[in-house]
Amino acid sequence: MIGEWLDIGPVGQIAPGTARTLAVRDGAEIAVFHTLDNRFYALVNACPHKQGPLSQGIVHGNVVTCPLHNWNISLKTGEALGSDEGCVPTIPLKVDAGRIYLLREAVIGRKAA
Amino acid sequence: MNAPASFPETGSGQQTRERLVVIGNGMAGCRAVEEILARDPARFAVTIFGAEPWVNYNRIMLSPVLAGEKAFDDIVINGADWYTDNGIDLVSGDPVIAIDRERRVVVSRSGRAQPYDRLLIATGSDPFIIPVPGHDLPGVVTFRDLDDVEKMLSAADAGGSAVVIGGGLLGLEAAHGLALRGMAVTVVHLMPTLMERQLDEAAGYLLKSELERRGQTIVTGGDTAEIVAKDGHVSGVRLKDGREFSADIVVMAVGIRPATGLARAAGLDVERGILVDDHMLTSDPAIMAVGECVQHRGQCYGLVAPLWDMCRALADAATGQPSGYTGSVTSTKLKVSGIDLFSAGDFSGGDGAEDIVMRDAARGVYKRVIVKDDRLVGTVLYGDTADGSWYFDLLKKGEDISPIREALIFGQAFAAGGALADPNAAVAALSDDAEICGCNGVSKGTVVAAIQQGACSLDAVRSQCKASASCGSCTGLVESLLNLTLGGEVQSGPKTLCKCTTFTHADVRRLILEKNLKVIPQVMQELGWSTPDGCASCRPALNYYLLCALPGDYEDDQRSRFVNERMHANIQKDGTYSVVPRMWGGLTNPRELRAIADVVEKYNAPMVKVTGGQRLDIFGIKKEDLPAVWADLNAAGMVSGHAYGKSLRTVKTCVGSEWCRFGTQDSTGLGVKLERMTWGSWMPHKFKIAVSGCPRNCAEATIKDFGVVCVDSGYELHVGGNGGIKVRATDLLCKVETEAEAMDVCAAFIQLYREQAWYLERTAPWIERVGLDHVKAALFDDPGAVAALAARFRFSQTFMQDDPWAKRAAGERADLHQHLAEVRPLQVEIV
Repeated sequence: MIGEWLDIGPVGQIAPGTARTLAVRDGAEIAVFHTLDNRFYALVNACPHKQGPLSQGIVHGNVVTCPLHNWNISLKTGEALGSDEGCVPTIPLKVDAGRIYLLREAVIGRKAA
Repeated sequence: MNAPASFPETGSGQQTRERLVVIGNGMAGCRAVEEILARDPARFAVTIFGAEPWVNYNRIMLSPVLAGEKAFDDIVINGADWYTDNGIDLVSGDPVIAIDRERRVVVSRSGRAQPYDRLLIATGSDPFIIPVPGHDLPGVVTFRDLDDVEKMLSAADAGGSAVVIGGGLLGLEAAHGLALRGMAVTVVHLMPTLMERQLDEAAGYLLKSELERRGQTIVTGGDTAEIVAKDGHVSGVRLKDGREFSADIVVMAVGIRPATGLARAAGLDVERGILVDDHMLTSDPAIMAVGECVQHRGQCYGLVAPLWDMCRALADAATGQPSGYTGSVTSTKLKVSGIDLFSAGDFSGGDGAEDIVMRDAARGVYKRVIVKDDRLVGTVLYGDTADGSWYFDLLKKGEDISPIREALIFGQAFAAGGALADPNAAVAALSDDAEICGCNGVSKGTVVAAIQQGACSLDAVRSQCKASASCGSCTGLVESLLNLTLGGEVQSGPKTLCKCTTFTHADVRRLILEKNLKVIPQVMQELGWSTPDGCASCRPALNYYLLCALPGDYEDDQRSRFVNERMHANIQKDGTYSVVPRMWGGLTNPRELRAIADVVEKYNAPMVKVTGGQRLDIFGIKKEDLPAVWADLNAAGMVSGHAYGKSLRTVKTCVGSEWCRFGTQDSTGLGVKLERMTWGSWMPHKFKIAVSGCPRNCAEATIKDFGVVCVDSGYELHVGGNGGIKVRATDLLCKVETEAEAMDVCAAFIQLYREQAWYLERTAPWIERVGLDHVKAALFDDPGAVAALAARFRFSQTFMQDDPWAKRAAGERADLHQHLAEVRPLQVEIV
């Protein structure tokens, strides 16, 4: 049961309204977001438009604005919002007793999320 | 003590009745028994074990007891007579210490062995103690039971100061009680927002302001390092950032944990809580569990309402009419007198979810409802919670709210009014003397008259009769009046700052000063923002406007900065950064060049480029390497070039009279002086300066934001040039005779631009918008204006000229540069 989830540390290491990254295989990164509403989300750290690092965008509501060309990406679904089209994979995440967990198989990459 | 004959201590009845043993004499255990008795009073012979030496009391009313609003007797739910009347054997002050599932016996601390047929575990939860040094000192208490309250009351009798660790529901109620009892209270909360699990940033801000107004010290983002002792008793709390607060008592209220020790030791399935099914049965069918100690469908609850639902399902199942518990939607109300605060459901927003926000700054009201698929899914109310239960009811029932959607935010009275559900109709029904704008005292009749006299847009109404021109909370009403009076003829006004507000940049800048606004959530509240926390357009703008209005006082909000300004480097298309160290006036030396060359080799930078602003740009640096790169550049005396910021970029110079046969003045020297004066300042947009030593203008000063062209008799000062998409040559602002005058006019012009332009407006479009005459008048009509503006600029610069690179190189905000962790197959390394 525990083994399915990967503990990536306490919630306090990501300030609300910001994101931090997790380096995974082959130079890829996962961006873990903490919204001002105190929710947590994880996405592949690459905008569906030109692979901009979403972790560096401004977070507002449940949306991140990509730092390269201002695409707005939903943190819940990874979908581009407004008139833009595209989707970035999301990583299942849960918070339990103050720690953040990501679904191991989605992180390790055996199965795409 | 007259036990009814129907419940004999011994006798034939006992053989037929099952023995139900309840561990826990709290709210859940007793409520479960009450529910069972109501269904089948003769079914069980009940024994209840309680750890505390009291009868069953209402734990959530401990806050009013602490605050002196209630006495213990007032909060007793079931007195001693309830136990005797129902034939319940109460064993108080003697906690159960073991469950023997094989023999179906529980053992208490005193050694009493009690056999059971059915067992109910209702052990509740334990307060979580953060394991900092000093957590076990005398004077450190939790806020869980009557014993804790008595400790707090005796501390309060002695007076002095209290620190409450934890700014959640419980912590704030403890703080309120202690403050009412006369103690000086400090609340230390780890997260930036109080009650962050129930409140969004906007409501959290209002709550914090109100508590501060009442004299409490609220420290958010405060991470406790140690509880400090003096003479063996607690004397204070020290935070990790070094701040220390004195305390005669420390209340630890950071959260609760399901009390699962007994269940775990007995071998029941336990995760965070004791696992139960929909009938509150544990993994042992003879054992039930209920309340805060259980985990149901992955969920643990710390509030009272779910407990009532669970107890009903438990009693149904225990009496042979299983119904099933499917989980609870919870709501929260803060029990602090005079503060109205309500939150329920999911307020995380997200896809398909739409926020409806209403703010009334004059009354201190913030209301937010979240609608998804025509259903209400969450609400946060501050200042006016009258409709809390109505919203909560809509939320629980999952009713389709589309017929009342337009009026939903105005509350039940308005939305349920049938025809009045159309806000236009509701406004039409108002009398002419009904007040529309409370801030400026404008009636409906006055607004309508202004519209009839030609005010055809929101902006025109604002300027003619002042309605909606202050806090903006009546904007919806004014728009309704425009629609009603003009039909489809309403003109849209000037462009607003962004879609979150009906105010323009100019309005926002003016109102920040008029209302003396100090932080972003306050601006959003006072000016009636329609989103909870803004967007990627308004957050950076507000951050700049506040920074400009409050030099030295405003704490820059990094979350509202674009990536380049947050990382102090320029992001490139592949996610790496480019780094441009400052070269004063375009001058450099062997030491700097060696340091740059070393950095390029050490960090494998694939490209170095000479920029148009006369410096060197190092490309392809990873975010993890930035602090080390900066440390190396700092070591050679170089600082941030701010090539990434809405700020002073570079001062381009030609070699001037020192070398050039045509040079008329020391243009290089003046350029260095200007750059030393202006570097580090934040502006509405990027700002470029150049100094040319003669009218041949080799430094291209006439396409810069501020350009100096030296002539024999002095210095021509030019402004508003731009070499970008739309090339614009500068306008001549004035001519001065000395370097010192040129410096003063430069400082004054920059400050005027900083104070008056809109965010992301370069000097060229700004001057085209306001006119060169306006700029000249602002600078030169009043003979003291240049000096006053320059003084304001220099004052603000005293807070700006510390190198951001040096701070990062020294380890500040390392989190921005480091990964959380590295995950490789079969290997996890937490950094």
